Amino acid sequence: MQWDIVIGLEIHVQLATRTKIFSGSSTAYGAEPNTQANAVDLAMPGTLPVPNENAFRYAVMFGLAVNAEIGRRSMFERKNYFYPDLPKGYQTTQLEQPIVGPGYVDVDLANRETKRVRIHHAHLEEDAGKSLHEDYHGMSGIDLNRAGTPLIEVVTEPDMNSAEEAVAFARKLHSIVTSLGICDGDMSQGSMRFDVNISLKPKGSDELGTRTETKNLNSFRFMEQAIAHEVERQMDILEDGGRIIQETRLYNGDRDESRSMRTKEEANDYRYFPCPDLLPVVIDDDFIEDARSRLPELPDARKARFKEQYGLNDYDAGLLSGDAKLAAFFEEAAAHGKDAKLAANWIQGEFSARLKAEEKSVAESPITGAQLGDLVVRIADNTVSSAGAKKVFEALWTGENDNVDAIIDAKGLKQVSDTGALEAMVDEVLAGMPDQVAQYQNEEDPKKRKKMLGGFMGPLMKASKGQGNPKLFNEILVKKLGG
Amino acid sequence: MHNKSVAELSRELESGKISSVELTQQFLDRLKQEDGKYNSFITITEERALADAKTADEMRAAGKATAWTGVPFAHKDIFCTNGVRTTCGSKMLENFVPPYDATVTERFRQAGAVCLGKTNMDEFAMGSSNESSHFGAVTNPWGLASGEKRVPGGSSGGSAAAVAARLVPAATATDTGGSIRQPAALCGVTGLKPTYGRVSRYGMIAFASSLDQGGTMARTAEDNALMLNVMAGFDPKDSTSIDREVPDYTATLNEPLKGLKIGLPKEYFTDQLSPAMEEQVRNAVKEYEKLGATVKEVSLPNAKLAIAAYYVIAPAEASANLSRFDGVRYGYRCEDPKDLMDMYTRTRAEGFGTEVKRRILVGTYALSHGYYDAYYLKAQKVRRLIQQDFANAFKEVDVLMSPTSPSPAFIQGEKTNDPVTMYLEDIFTIAINLAGLPAMSVPAGFVDGLPVGLQIIGDYFAEARLLNAAHQFQQVTDWHQREPK
Repeated sequence: MQWDIVIGLEIHVQLATRTKIFSGSSTAYGAEPNTQANAVDLAMPGTLPVPNENAFRYAVMFGLAVNAEIGRRSMFERKNYFYPDLPKGYQTTQLEQPIVGPGYVDVDLANRETKRVRIHHAHLEEDAGKSLHEDYHGMSGIDLNRAGTPLIEVVTEPDMNSAEEAVAFARKLHSIVTSLGICDGDMSQGSMRFDVNISLKPKGSDELGTRTETKNLNSFRFMEQAIAHEVERQMDILEDGGRIIQETRLYNGDRDESRSMRTKEEANDYRYFPCPDLLPVVIDDDFIEDARSRLPELPDARKARFKEQYGLNDYDAGLLSGDAKLAAFFEEAAAHGKDAKLAANWIQGEFSARLKAEEKSVAESPITGAQLGDLVVRIADNTVSSAGAKKVFEALWTGENDNVDAIIDAKGLKQVSDTGALEAMVDEVLAGMPDQVAQYQNEEDPKKRKKMLGGFMGPLMKASKGQGNPKLFNEILVKKLGG
Repeated sequence: MHNKSVAELSRELESGKISSVELTQQFLDRLKQEDGKYNSFITITEERALADAKTADEMRAAGKATAWTGVPFAHKDIFCTNGVRTTCGSKMLENFVPPYDATVTERFRQAGAVCLGKTNMDEFAMGSSNESSHFGAVTNPWGLASGEKRVPGGSSGGSAAAVAARLVPAATATDTGGSIRQPAALCGVTGLKPTYGRVSRYGMIAFASSLDQGGTMARTAEDNALMLNVMAGFDPKDSTSIDREVPDYTATLNEPLKGLKIGLPKEYFTDQLSPAMEEQVRNAVKEYEKLGATVKEVSLPNAKLAIAAYYVIAPAEASANLSRFDGVRYGYRCEDPKDLMDMYTRTRAEGFGTEVKRRILVGTYALSHGYYDAYYLKAQKVRRLIQQDFANAFKEVDVLMSPTSPSPAFIQGEKTNDPVTMYLEDIFTIAINLAGLPAMSVPAGFVDGLPVGLQIIGDYFAEARLLNAAHQFQQVTDWHQREPK
């Protein structure tokens, strides 16, 4: 049987406000446990929440960026459940009147199609603390530093039909929130966490199947694997004539396994009701216009500009515009390098490969866009060969030297492009290889001749101590050998 | 000295006839000697009070005294006091010492007032008789002479009894459904519940957040005004507090009442009220007529729904507000929990008293899936109707007057096994909380030797008018000066 896969996402995005959503504690990551939890965060008796205006501003910016309606009257509810890292015994969240209403995001797919994913809504809420189960001799530790960190929970419509589409959407959303500067995007620290709702239905059917929710995926790779895993699990059950149970599942990425966390029957009755400690928040036109004025260039607009301004193709423009930091790096390199396409090639080639190999982010790169641009200039004006350029890149990366021209000088990487000098070298080398010259000149097949040309390049590069411009050598050779 | 009002004590201190240290020591000695009879205090902070008194004397010497500098008083044990245990009348917080001050306690500290300790109360302010306190029932000073142990009302019964017994001239209190006015009435003292949002709730342990309001209790209206001068005002730490100018509440106390339009809600003068009580209240209204006020009957048609709506909304909010008492971070934790669920269930089963548990159960039920619309939403609709009733009434009159409670102080234990009868104690006070209006209880006579309270209800932010009306009444009556034997 053929199946349609139906996927909807819920994404928790930690907002990069300096302080928490309802208290003045710092939101910085990585502090000693409970050093960033004040009386409000600890839910001490009598303490009260005071909303952080910046959290609302960021949420509105997000709403504008995903073409959404902004909730003009925004309310908070209490979601009641007991858990040790939930200090008040309820989470302050939004249910009936969220700050961001329906919107959409357009996602570029690898097959060059564009997919529109609708946003159902996004609401503001507070994060919980963390339970630490190790190192406490059978007891659990509670760290409330994270408790009260502002989140927006983005809920999509079930508009995605494959792991690839879901991941592409997730990456796009990551790109939007980091471009907006409302989230640091650091998934390893939990700044963005994905819950994936998956169901299957017979191909072409209009009726949705029973869904499961896989919670707390914190990398794109795990997300892709978890979807593949869950689709396969559901397919196996359905094809054996079984039924899918509506449940919440946890995925273990290291083992590629998932297990049931709770079924619908075991689900909490959260007893939502309006939080009486917080008045409804009215978002007026001035607030929205202020938020709009803070919007930076968003990925879609940036992509269009990269195509227009730098003459990049759709694919390159999409890749370089998605991540705000990478886009800035590219623009710096292009400005210094004067050859945007060449800069784009180097960023997607050597630079990206090196970042990946060392598991570094663009922000952690030891070289700057300007340095890469300087190198691009020297490649374009034939000062260095591409082989030489790789050596320069290496020296920049390791911090051996920070100046491109100084490295070229010091390492003797400057190409010889003086035609007279190169011709003399060609004459000398050809004179020493009469048999090969004769063989070449007797060969009729142009493909084979081209290949044989390579046989002269080695000795030529040797004769020029690696500094001869290979492109010019090639031209001279062809001329001297008579086509 | 113990019979003097805050205003009088302030003048004594200002004249230099007595120092705050001497005054504080006198009050402390009397408090320690007398309170065995009433159990009106949970904690007496002798050392701290004397240190504060010394500081107050220094402030006065430096010319920096306010009306409150060096004057002894007490806080209801629901207001968090930095470094002093704050129990809320519960075993759950028996040893809880907050590392912060409530905004109310901070304001009194800044005014230089000397807090002698924390007064007893119903557990988490849930009760109308002060019998649900983990620290024992409070006994009303009235009726003791005839050998009867009567309730002081609740939940601010400790504050009311302490003021009535002249242990302190004034005490803070809170009112969610009548917890200031009803004990003030039953103990023959004057109490004011301000407009919701007038006094910060920060650091005031929450019972029902949309109804809770801190307020004042003293023997005279003037002292209530002096207290409100300290307590009222916007607080950036409480999003529901209101940013609105605070008048000097003592400035308008002596305004004449000529032309004051008084409304008597007919729904508050029914057969739930004994003829003897009604007579006292009507006599008080006659005094107002003598002062130049006019009186007419008004109607609050939805008032009869107030108790039912309140006992959905208040427990619903309480069920969430009290979830934080889980044994994880502070407060009571059961011995040797075997797992998380065991810790939760035993901590809460052992740490909370019967009435608190009853209300958590009621509130949890009312919010449950499938019942929410029928209970919580319906109750909120009733609440809006009640607000509208009052809005309509205030189009016709300036203040409303009614009895504060249906009967005078009852004997301890008389209603403890019948929660619904106990809930009806607040039948005349609860609607005011649902509407968020200010209201006072003023001593207005006696029935069988027990005090009767007159409730005066005002429009939003009409505290100055209420205090003015109460003060003028107290210029021509002496009910508030009567001392229990």
